Amino acid sequence: MSVKYSEDHEWVKAEGDVCTIGVSAHAAEQLGDVVFVELPEVGKTFAKGDEMAVVESVKAASDVYAPISGDVVEVNSAIVDEPAKVNEDPQGAAWFVKIKPSNASELDALMDETAYKEFAGQS
Amino acid sequence: MSMNNQGRPTKASDAMDANVKTFTGNKALMIEEALSFEVGDLSGSGVDLQEPSGEYDRLGGLKRNNMIGLPGLSEPEAMRHFVRLSQKNYAIDMGPFPLGSCTMKHNPRLNEKVARLPGFADLHPLAPESAAQGALELIDTLAFWLKELTGMPAVAMSPKAGAHGELCGMMAIKAALEARGEAGKRVRVLAPESAHGTNPATAVLCGFKVESIPGDGTGRVDLEALKEKLGDDVAGIMVTNPNTCGLFERDIRAIADAVHEAGGYFYCDGANFNAIAGKVKPGDLGVDAMHINLHKTFSTPHGGGGPGAGPTVLSEALAPFAPLPYVSLEDGKYGLVETLHHAEAEDSGETLGRLTAFHGQMGMFTRALSYMMSHGKDGLKQASEDAVLNANYVLARLKSEMTPSFDGPCMHEALFDDRFLKDTGVETIDFAKAMIDEGYHPMTMYFPLVVHGAMLVEPTESESKRELDLFCDALLSLAKRAKAGETESFKAAPVYAPRRRLDETAAARHPVLRWSPPQKAEAAE
Repeated sequence: MSVKYSEDHEWVKAEGDVCTIGVSAHAAEQLGDVVFVELPEVGKTFAKGDEMAVVESVKAASDVYAPISGDVVEVNSAIVDEPAKVNEDPQGAAWFVKIKPSNASELDALMDETAYKEFAGQS
Repeated sequence: MSMNNQGRPTKASDAMDANVKTFTGNKALMIEEALSFEVGDLSGSGVDLQEPSGEYDRLGGLKRNNMIGLPGLSEPEAMRHFVRLSQKNYAIDMGPFPLGSCTMKHNPRLNEKVARLPGFADLHPLAPESAAQGALELIDTLAFWLKELTGMPAVAMSPKAGAHGELCGMMAIKAALEARGEAGKRVRVLAPESAHGTNPATAVLCGFKVESIPGDGTGRVDLEALKEKLGDDVAGIMVTNPNTCGLFERDIRAIADAVHEAGGYFYCDGANFNAIAGKVKPGDLGVDAMHINLHKTFSTPHGGGGPGAGPTVLSEALAPFAPLPYVSLEDGKYGLVETLHHAEAEDSGETLGRLTAFHGQMGMFTRALSYMMSHGKDGLKQASEDAVLNANYVLARLKSEMTPSFDGPCMHEALFDDRFLKDTGVETIDFAKAMIDEGYHPMTMYFPLVVHGAMLVEPTESESKRELDLFCDALLSLAKRAKAGETESFKAAPVYAPRRRLDETAAARHPVLRWSPPQKAEAAE
């Protein structure tokens, strides 16, 4: 399954019935050195577009929005302990949450890698 | 002719540039200041008191057994410590302070003289009204002129700062919606992308949901996009005018009309009133509530130099909901309406309630009124005009090397972005740090968020042309150096600051917030 992207610079990777979500490498670069991450509790339900997590860098504090709706099944507490990981490997080891989507068709509305690169290049 | 200098050479020797490492670490007047814990002795005290004798211990066994662990500094030690620290600070009394949107203008000394008059300065906030007639009259007089300058029928004097004024205004809007029975329905507040961060924060604190209004590409609110977002669930909008891009919202009347037509209220962030005071009355623009930062427009000291003050003017529609307390005048006697009971008797029973314990920032009121009275009607107008003129002078002088985000003319502040640094490797933060080496406090960086790498310069009317020219020359030279490839020197800046470039990331990730006594050094071998 390929990675999809939202206009708010989150990435989503679907594997089986669970989707992994994080912030894009482009976003991590724009943020600068990340110094704080706040993640939701496991079991929490989000609708698409809800504020799901908070990430603070030396430049700014930003909300991370749920790119799709669903229930949180796992969070990556390693990035809370070591926020620098978000800069090191944003699209790999520094994933934010895993959610069980409530409406898998929302994935279709997200951008693929090529479309996102074009989108990110413009903004 | 020979002069008797007793053999003492009067000219610097060739060795003057030598890099001397001093024993103390001090560099003449640049003192390596230790922490107060390191200056003082933890086991001692700055004051010697005799042990009390013949006293009973009434602490019931709760008497402290250990040292309290505070540094014992004598008065001269404490004095020197804090004066030395203050000398490392930068202040408007030392040089230009071009922080955009902050209006760091000169604080006239006359204000200080007036504020120190014992009748104002020594008055207790709980003094009886009969003993505080002068102070109450001063509050009432200032309130009168604030209403006059804004063209608004009411003003709440008690808010303690701009954001507190926002809270007052948004609470008044909430109270008005409740009185209309629409508080549950009207839950959305609209704010432009360029808004001060306090706007959405205030709206959220009042229980509203904030939505962003897109810009129109010229740095202003997109009127059509705003109209699309309006509806019967909108409580109101929060718009700064002039806005944080330093531009006057040309469609402001149409914006106000559209919001009113949709049943909402117009909160105007008055942070930039200093650009239009004496020229434009916000009441004529359809504003329902607006705070006035006395520490910006009316030259009272900013946070570091004293408390702020944010009196909030209210329209006819919101006036009934104004907070307590307020000053009343009856039969030539001033009084304070402080209780709901009293307010009901005065026909203002719809008040949103008490906002502060006392009556506002008295020290700021005296300074602000002193500023108003010493400037007069023509002087206030000229101050606004000169603030705008100075900002446009800076914009015009810098645009050859730097990139203004929007075409001028601007209002009281000039906004630049980082396009002129493209491909130089120098970023806004490096440029700002290099300004420190040139002896300037940097401008506002990375705000507003609507342009990339923002640099917002607000020179204010206090700066002379000579001062502005030197400032512009310094910035032009920095821009040229960046383009000439001197990237490394920018990355290293500031090299003349006591601690050079601070590692902000390390400071945020591993802050050292607690002092612990140094470990006793091992006995020398």
